[in-house]
Amino acid sequence: MRVPVSWLREYVDLPVDVTGRGLAARLIDAGLEVETVDEAGADITGPVVLGRVLAIEELSEFKKPIRYCRVDVGTANGTGEPQGIVCGARNFAEGDLVVVALPGAELSGGFAIGSRTTYGRLSEGMICSATELGLWEDHEGIVVLPEGTGQPGAEAVGLLGLREEVLDIAVTPDRGYALSMRGVARDAAAVYGVGFRDPAEVAAIGTPGAGYPATVADPEICSRYVLHGVSGFDPDAATPLWMKRRLALTGVRPISLAVDVTNYVMMELGQPLHAWDRGKLRGPIEVRLARKGEKLETLDHVKRTLDPDDILITDESGPINIAGVMGGLETEIDMTTIDVVIEAAHFTATHIARASRRHQLSSESSRRFERGVDTELQVAAATRAVALLAEFGGAVVDGGYTHVDLSTARESIAIDADHPARVAGADYPAGTSARWLREVGCEVTEEASGETLRVTPPQWRPDLTDPNDLAEEVIRLEGYGAIPSVPPRAPAGRGLTDSQRTRRAVGRALAGAGFVEVLSYPFLGERDFDGLQLAAGDQRRSTLKLANPLNDDEPLLRTTLLPGLLRTLVRNVGRGFSDVALFEMGLVYLPKPDAPEHAPMPPVDRGPTAEELAALEAAVPHQPRRVAAVLAGDREPAGWWGRGRPAIWADAIEAAREVGRAAGVELAVQADQRAPWHPGRCAALYVVNNVVDNMDGGASRTLVGHAGELHPRVIQAYGLPARTVAMEVELDQLEEARSGLRAPEVSTYPVAAQDVALVVEESVPSGEVEQALRAGAGELLESLRLFDVYTGEQVGGGRKSLAYNLRFRAGDRTLTVEETTAARDAAVAAAAERTGAVLRG
Amino acid sequence: MSAPNSSYDPVEVTPLQPDEVARMREEALAAIAAADSLEKLKEVRIAHAGDRSPLALANREIGALPPSARAEAGKRVGGARRDVAEALKERQTVLEEERDNRVLVEEAVDVTLPWDRVPRGARHPLTTVAERMTDIFVGMGFEVAEGPETEAEWFNFDALNFLPDHPARTMQDTFFLEAPSGGESGLVLRTHTSPVQIRALLDREPPVYVVAPGKTFRTDELDATHSPVFHQLEGLVVDEGITMAHLRGAIDAFVHGMFGADLRTRFRPSYFPFTEPSAEVDMECFVCRGASVGDPDAPCRTCGSEGWIEIGGCGVVNPRVLTAAGVDTGRYSGWAFGLGVERTLMFAHGVEDMHDMVEGDIRFTSAFGMEI
Ligand SMILES: [Zn+2]
Repeated sequence: MRVPVSWLREYVDLPVDVTGRGLAARLIDAGLEVETVDEAGADITGPVVLGRVLAIEELSEFKKPIRYCRVDVGTANGTGEPQGIVCGARNFAEGDLVVVALPGAELSGGFAIGSRTTYGRLSEGMICSATELGLWEDHEGIVVLPEGTGQPGAEAVGLLGLREEVLDIAVTPDRGYALSMRGVARDAAAVYGVGFRDPAEVAAIGTPGAGYPATVADPEICSRYVLHGVSGFDPDAATPLWMKRRLALTGVRPISLAVDVTNYVMMELGQPLHAWDRGKLRGPIEVRLARKGEKLETLDHVKRTLDPDDILITDESGPINIAGVMGGLETEIDMTTIDVVIEAAHFTATHIARASRRHQLSSESSRRFERGVDTELQVAAATRAVALLAEFGGAVVDGGYTHVDLSTARESIAIDADHPARVAGADYPAGTSARWLREVGCEVTEEASGETLRVTPPQWRPDLTDPNDLAEEVIRLEGYGAIPSVPPRAPAGRGLTDSQRTRRAVGRALAGAGFVEVLSYPFLGERDFDGLQLAAGDQRRSTLKLANPLNDDEPLLRTTLLPGLLRTLVRNVGRGFSDVALFEMGLVYLPKPDAPEHAPMPPVDRGPTAEELAALEAAVPHQPRRVAAVLAGDREPAGWWGRGRPAIWADAIEAAREVGRAAGVELAVQADQRAPWHPGRCAALYVVNNVVDNMDGGASRTLVGHAGELHPRVIQAYGLPARTVAMEVELDQLEEARSGLRAPEVSTYPVAAQDVALVVEESVPSGEVEQALRAGAGELLESLRLFDVYTGEQVGGGRKSLAYNLRFRAGDRTLTVEETTAARDAAVAAAAERTGAVLRG
Repeated sequence: MSAPNSSYDPVEVTPLQPDEVARMREEALAAIAAADSLEKLKEVRIAHAGDRSPLALANREIGALPPSARAEAGKRVGGARRDVAEALKERQTVLEEERDNRVLVEEAVDVTLPWDRVPRGARHPLTTVAERMTDIFVGMGFEVAEGPETEAEWFNFDALNFLPDHPARTMQDTFFLEAPSGGESGLVLRTHTSPVQIRALLDREPPVYVVAPGKTFRTDELDATHSPVFHQLEGLVVDEGITMAHLRGAIDAFVHGMFGADLRTRFRPSYFPFTEPSAEVDMECFVCRGASVGDPDAPCRTCGSEGWIEIGGCGVVNPRVLTAAGVDTGRYSGWAFGLGVERTLMFAHGVEDMHDMVEGDIRFTSAFGMEI
């Protein structure tokens, strides 16, 4: 809501020295969100004066007709002689009063006025249009002022109100009353403690009940319905300058007198009005809900199918308005309208809100109805409108008006007088609550010797329904600054959960290993999945979809973290970084196959039952937390120390292991084939479950993710550097697999090391050989490490030699050579049995 | 060894003559002093202190003397040998030191050479600043609560007193999820961390003291100050006898912990459906402390010369919210706040453009390291 301060002053006796900024600060303290204080016209400077056109000389030798005018500007030009001005507009005549910018003046947008020769004449200034003066948008010609505005030579800036402070208020949904000058003025009067003149206090004109016939079908949709009218309206009558100016300052474009008047009264009082051409109405009006299949072409030339929830204004021809939202095209007033019917109504907020959403029509009118309009304002607003139409449109106000009153009395609210003080945690003197509640317009009755207050809020405050609403009124008017600061005293806390600590540990571990964290948007498109080379039926293509994505190409929610990381990688490479290691930790969003079509919405007047809660949880998608990493270029750069080392598949696996270690679990690796990874360079990652649950005493394992080099087609699709590697693991599953940490036994007896070289078929994964060695070596094995892989003539084609260092140690003795050798032999035997390994000679 | 004696007289054993012993000693000491390397000193050691050195040989002759003369001769030769051994040791030390000095100088390196061989990583500053914000409250005894990012509308709106047709609900610029059939699903990307309030209240019995950091979503295009994905830190306290004064105390503790111990805060009346009364929270500008207000010569970029910086919203939990979460409003009351993580980062560390926080440029993130 844009509020010109001079307009506000019409209703409030603000002290003369109150500035826009000062007023804004006080209103902010009182709860109105004043966002800016603009000074309209601040950029108009220098001599801008009234002038009277004395003579017009038509210059016809140019492409378009031009006028050379002699204009009386009084003594404003220093000589008292008429000023010669060339003008291209034609909407004025000799004797008209106009606005002249003399040389030296500057108009809106830094437009400097000087003397110059144009069309063969010396033009000493300019006759101004409304646009040039920043009054309102008008390209029809120059401004012709009404007689009596002032004398030639008089300063125009003050006379026409060219410079004006305007408050821009972001009206919160609870303060619909502030969408009017009347509402803001009432608050301003309260905070300054000065008088308020209510513009709605106007005496009704004419006889109630004798207006245009109307009925309301249901008080639930409309509690008050008022019709008033005028006859003999002059469709050509001009809107007075001041009204146009005020509308323009509030951001409303002036159109015609009839339209301008309805807008003006809406801005003044907050009551949306509608105007019909009475000649186009057919029979009595009925306010009712729409019937299935009804249609209406609205003012914006859109033919709309109406919903049975829409409130309609109808006559014998059918629907003529979507109530409170938009009028119909058929009954619109136009430039031939001489009889006007004005509608002022109170429609039910929720119906208007739904209709506005349904038809995607948000109007000044629907905005006000949604937030709640004063329930008793309608007669006054209609009266204001017809009086203005009569005054400026030469019309006669009808002798009677229609007033359908279906309103019910407002219920009162009982609160403890000290409730506001208890909510604030502050000490307020006795009587504080009643005093402020009365100040905002409530009726307050004190009961139980003043300990309880019975409060009836005013009709313009539909938001005041609960004791805390009343508490807020008292606390804000008493001043939020009066609330003391008392540290909260929480019971002893337990700190972070294991899961929360693990996440921090994982982040630190990956950052410590050289990865830079990324927080990418979770929005994807099918193109991302195509780029990842996911098969048509891949589970990851089964996504949640946004109904209203920001970007139509990316309506899907991520089921993998990789696309966001890959795009960020490409962006960094594009910015000149060839060696990039990134990670991201975040949720993926997985649809539940058995989720209901629509999430339930249990009532809110009590807590949900266990069943309701379970149904809600069943509808909420599965959202596990993942961590993923990508690497491209060198893992270790080249430098003066020697050559660099490019990132390879093993770095991706190691990053996953790093995550596992931070989460307290050891990952097992097995070859796998899965998009988007290279089919020969892809590892499946497992955690071994704590619970031993299969027959041979081995532990079961859970797949937690994949790592390796990306498929060349993925590299190409995303434009990635060659050999980019990536990993993705599910953190939630790592956390589940984590077991309690136990201190290891640290033996101080000497170690016995043994090296073995085993020859296996090239297809045998080293991981399997290692597992077999560990299993065979038994409890004496302290550690095992693969230190060499050899392929070549010496081991024969299709075979490889794996060299391991085994370290044995006992906790209670020094091992003998025989014990060590036996353990080693057992390890080799196990490897031979499980993998066909042969001890190399 | 010695020539046959003309008479059996100890003084006749030449090598044991005082002059002769003195000469051998002098020769040895001179050779030691002349040795200019450890190798030469080794030769000198063999020649003058070895088994076959003159003094060693002389020592053997002592046994040939009559007992009466042995003591004196032994003392004489022994003294000389000690002196030689000592001189050798001293010279050894000197030469070793010289060698060490020479070698260590030769081994000197350019310690200013770069060693960026181990790549450096970093955590995102939004992650670390959110942790810091969280930890201020954890230090006060709060727990950290969590909730899903794709949320049922009931949690995101209804239970928080955003009624279905209330304008506040449509003002939230919500991302809605489509049902598989294409219709409405009743699911949204949460528009704030406030649904965690409801989850925390359903999970726990009062007293409840929780904070909930997390991602939130609104349909705002990315620009310098907006992002469709952003982060909040929610706070919720529900206990007996809770007032706005405690809320103020908690906000003050946060501001003092994050920005400076003596900064003032202020509440401005506002509106949120889930709190009543509601307030926007401003803190005193920690850069100019209000000095820039009305002083065009010393403008403040941090607060835009307003003197105050908006950091979030807060209020007394609307009893309707407690009711929807099954809390006894006759016994308990509470308050809640929502603080912007991006705003906190922007102000605390001078980040000026939201793009920097979302683009993932490694130069931006690396500057913040592991912790903020
Ligand atoms: Zn400042």
